[in-house]
Amino acid sequence: MTVDSKLVGEIAHLARLDLDETSVANYAREMAGVLALARQMEDVDTDAVEPMAHPLHAVQPLRADEVTEIDQRDEFQAIAPAVDDGLYLVPQVIE
Amino acid sequence: MQWETVIGLEIHAQLATRSKIFSASSTTFGSAPNSQANAVDLGMPGVLPVLNREAVAMAVKFALATGAEIGRRSVFARKNYFYPDLPKGYQISQFELPIVGAGEVRIELEEGEEKVIGLTRAHLEEDAGKSVHDAFPGKTGVDLNRAGTPLLEIVSEPDMRSAREAVAYARKIHSLVRYIDICDGNMQEGSFRCDANVSIRPVGQAEYGTRAEIKNINSFRFLERAINFEVERQIDVLESGAEVIQETRLYDADRDETRSMRSKEEANDYRYFPDPDLLPVEIEDSLIESLRATMPELPEQRRQRFITDYELSAYDAGVLTADRATADFFEQGIEQSGAPARLACSWLTGEVFSRLNRDSLELSDAPLKADGFANLLARMHDNTISGKIAKQVLDHMWADGSSADEVIDREGLRQISDSSAIEKMIDDVIAANPSQLAEYRGGKDKLLGYFVGQVMKASKGKANPGQLNELLRDKLQG
Repeated sequence: MTVDSKLVGEIAHLARLDLDETSVANYAREMAGVLALARQMEDVDTDAVEPMAHPLHAVQPLRADEVTEIDQRDEFQAIAPAVDDGLYLVPQVIE
Repeated sequence: MQWETVIGLEIHAQLATRSKIFSASSTTFGSAPNSQANAVDLGMPGVLPVLNREAVAMAVKFALATGAEIGRRSVFARKNYFYPDLPKGYQISQFELPIVGAGEVRIELEEGEEKVIGLTRAHLEEDAGKSVHDAFPGKTGVDLNRAGTPLLEIVSEPDMRSAREAVAYARKIHSLVRYIDICDGNMQEGSFRCDANVSIRPVGQAEYGTRAEIKNINSFRFLERAINFEVERQIDVLESGAEVIQETRLYDADRDETRSMRSKEEANDYRYFPDPDLLPVEIEDSLIESLRATMPELPEQRRQRFITDYELSAYDAGVLTADRATADFFEQGIEQSGAPARLACSWLTGEVFSRLNRDSLELSDAPLKADGFANLLARMHDNTISGKIAKQVLDHMWADGSSADEVIDREGLRQISDSSAIEKMIDDVIAANPSQLAEYRGGKDKLLGYFVGQVMKASKGKANPGQLNELLRDKLQG
């Protein structure tokens, strides 16, 4: 895969990032470098290596199914830009 | 051209845990907006998810119920998209290594036909919040109480070939998750939701056609209608020479149609990657074995047992075991009353179900409880009341929650089985109807029914019907 400005633009859009032309060009170059490194690593024989999902060799601890949280809506809503009737208000997302 | 329909379903079952999948907020439905949304659910910076043990256990139970592979090592991944009901900007889901692998369920179709539907996988994920679109001008309101409620997304193979098969499959999964007590199955409240992937292809073609994904289906009836509409739409598109595009469509129940929601081309790119906040989940043998020990009898096994032990038809056994509460109600009725299974079956699926339908009630909310049902069956079985009177008794029980015995005593409905009392009534009726008697004796056998009716009326419906018939025939012969 080649990383060009068009691809960077698409990825930036998915991530809702507003990049100027200079940044797009820089990212295209840097991402191409990252992919080149990945391609280089593909040459290593990894057949006997288990894929790593997490750098820590540990297993997810589980918690008991208990409700221990209390309602702190007022505190959370005090720092929200807009609230009404208990709801958080955001710019309209459907026409 | 002859078209073949191909359907796969994605079912989202909310797991019936007390707290959320990654936080200790309550999952109770219908609370004040955002009163159950804590820092984790709101996606505040610096918080960490901690996995709920019960959600893991419930997913394993589902695997045990469907003979599916259990993902001994499963990994949570971030599914990235932007929508206000998902404050983190990603949903924690599972991608490459789900907790439940391939399995299968058997569905029953009409005329006792069966079909096996493959399960591709089932994975754990968090539910999103709810958006309120029309209450505030130019704004969308967001309630995050639901955000973080555990979901098991159950993905089927594209094995269904008609809307009816899809409904049968969805009902089967619905029944199963309720049997094993991992989801309350309440479709109105959104605890059990279906998305349908629908495509068509010319009969005989091996490759699948382009599919549309239909969302927003919240009842089995709408599932059938939405699929049927979508199939017709795709046939029209293809037969007009155009192409079906891969997209998400919304079912609008009011208009009975599906509408394009968004094209998948861009939205599809979720850029999954393993969630660094969560470690891999490992499932030990000991957990699996302890859960296996708690598994109830499953609907399929119970259905077979009902056919064998109670000599019920496959259809009746299917109806009675579709829902665990109904099957329990039925069995308790038989055990406590000693009445034959067929009597219990016909009364439950007939009189009781019709009253539930009439009053739009679930069995669990009905005024008639299992011990009341057993009491009613027992009084029919020991001939205290006839089937006809039993309907009256049931009406009273339904209205005020009395037991059958209370109603029978209070209303004086005990069946008259005293031969001399019945004979007396017959004599009176015959004496009052000399011309009918003459006609009957002249060969008009049909008049027997008339006399039965008259004596029944005189007894206020309480005469033992068997005795009445026998005695009446004798007397009419003269």
